[in-house]
Amino acid sequence: MFYGVELSSRLLLGTARYPSPKLLVEAIKVSGAEVVTVSLRREAGPESSGARGGQSFWSIIRSLGMRVLPNTAGCHSVKEAVTTAHMAREMFDTPWIKLEVIRDDETLQPDVFGLVEAARVLVEEGFEVFPYTTEDLAVADRLVEAGCRVLMPWGAPIGSARGLNNVYGLKALRAHFPDIPLVVDAGLGVPSHAAAAMELGYDAVLLNTAVAEAGDPVAMASAFALAIEAGRMAFTAKPLEPRDMAVPSTPVLGKAAFGD
Amino acid sequence: MSIRAKVTVVGAGVAGLTAALELSLRGHAVEVIERGRAVGEGCSRMAGGMLAPWCERAATDEAVMRLGAPSIDWWLRHFPGTVRNGSLVVAPARDAVELTRFAERTDNHEWRDEAGIAALEPDLAGRFRRALFFPREAHLDPRRALPALAEALTKRGGTIRLGVDQAGSDFVIDCRGLSARDALADLRGVRGEMLVIRSREVTLSRPVRLLHPRIPLYIVPRGEGVFMVGATSIETETPGGVSVRSAVELLNAAYTLHPAFGEAEILELGADLRPAFPDNLPAVRRSPGGLMVNGLYRHGFLLAPAMARQAADLVERDNADLRQRRSA
Repeated sequence: MFYGVELSSRLLLGTARYPSPKLLVEAIKVSGAEVVTVSLRREAGPESSGARGGQSFWSIIRSLGMRVLPNTAGCHSVKEAVTTAHMAREMFDTPWIKLEVIRDDETLQPDVFGLVEAARVLVEEGFEVFPYTTEDLAVADRLVEAGCRVLMPWGAPIGSARGLNNVYGLKALRAHFPDIPLVVDAGLGVPSHAAAAMELGYDAVLLNTAVAEAGDPVAMASAFALAIEAGRMAFTAKPLEPRDMAVPSTPVLGKAAFGD
Repeated sequence: MSIRAKVTVVGAGVAGLTAALELSLRGHAVEVIERGRAVGEGCSRMAGGMLAPWCERAATDEAVMRLGAPSIDWWLRHFPGTVRNGSLVVAPARDAVELTRFAERTDNHEWRDEAGIAALEPDLAGRFRRALFFPREAHLDPRRALPALAEALTKRGGTIRLGVDQAGSDFVIDCRGLSARDALADLRGVRGEMLVIRSREVTLSRPVRLLHPRIPLYIVPRGEGVFMVGATSIETETPGGVSVRSAVELLNAAYTLHPAFGEAEILELGADLRPAFPDNLPAVRRSPGGLMVNGLYRHGFLLAPAMARQAADLVERDNADLRQRRSA
């Protein structure tokens, strides 16, 4: 549940870097995703699609009838991010904004100071902010304090395909914010990474590169969708905690069992 | 021989001129009409001119490779300036993993070590540990190739009428690129940006691709110290000049390849919209007045000969049908 919107799919998909719009559309369809992210800085908004009757990238996205989560990818300062959010609200007619404030183009790491500041400004203006952040608890706390009702911590740096770099940190975040929807955003490479995030009790996963740049984006979208479903099902089925010793699953004959 | 008096090709970009020459070579009377003042002045002018079907496999549909591979011979036959020297793919040390990934997704390549790179491109000696060499690939200068095709066509008796948009025959092959979107609802524009530089210090004999996690960048030698650096691919139809961000990325690519490019002179920064269908593959389609060739996207020079052949095949099949019907 994101800002009062109930979704049935726990997969959010980015729309950049697919080999073609056709494959993008097919990947989105098989993934079952109900939300797509669109970058305002690098892609078209509705205003540029032109009245000349052609089918621009944006009209292809629009034809899917999906909920759009515009993002502020590529913004390096609070001011840029806020301006981009304003443009997004006008173009896409939604209060949702995936807030990214990036420190530099090399690491693409979130600038958490700018992020908190921009979140404060945008929440004040009535936006429903989805902040792209690290797993840092203090930053998360500040974001919630600023009025964010969703948190999107990274798994690993954007596009790195490394999976969950800090499982302990992500677990701690889940434990600290049991009632805030948490989405792992960025850094996933293979479906098992997504399953692992769901097994930690995360509410959803946001992907782009792992699907878009796979050899077969459509098959990969489907694989992620299955993994996310499996991971969620495992979480709700209450998995075992790891133990240090083997625990025989069949009784061992001829030996007294402990405690019996 | 055609029973139609003449075929009119609309548009003197790479799609139109290849189709016109192909038809002329097969014995058809052809005229090309172009509303501009010269041939090849649309987005063909911005093309890289790489004939790199095997490199393209890394990020595009298998059809690009299959349709594009025979194009190299087509260009070698019809444009003497076509250079078959292969192409080279390198990656900055930090992105070395991208090179491995590129190799896994492509074939018809050979690994080259530092000495092997220096043997191919002496100016790149010591700059990269490993490279992928695609020996069968070729390149050309689009700004020379299209006037040469126009000349070949005229020599064969074809006509090119500039500043004209009225067809002189009743069978039209529409090669207008993005201007044809009035008739093609699924055509979109994808913005591309490029730059042209001149260096007195660096010499390259073949296109070099620099792998980058976000954008594929390449540098194509155009002779006399001139290099084309391309190209961005942005899903927008916003017109206008090259953005600062794109310029920085293109310039960085040149600089990363060789720091001496830092001293190069910028001759041109250019941006245009590429016509593309939703699958990013070109198509020949029937229209009420004839045929339409469009959607060449990033692969104009690579795929235009294949589209020209398809268009010419359709014209001939139609003529055969007409002949049969008349004699019946």
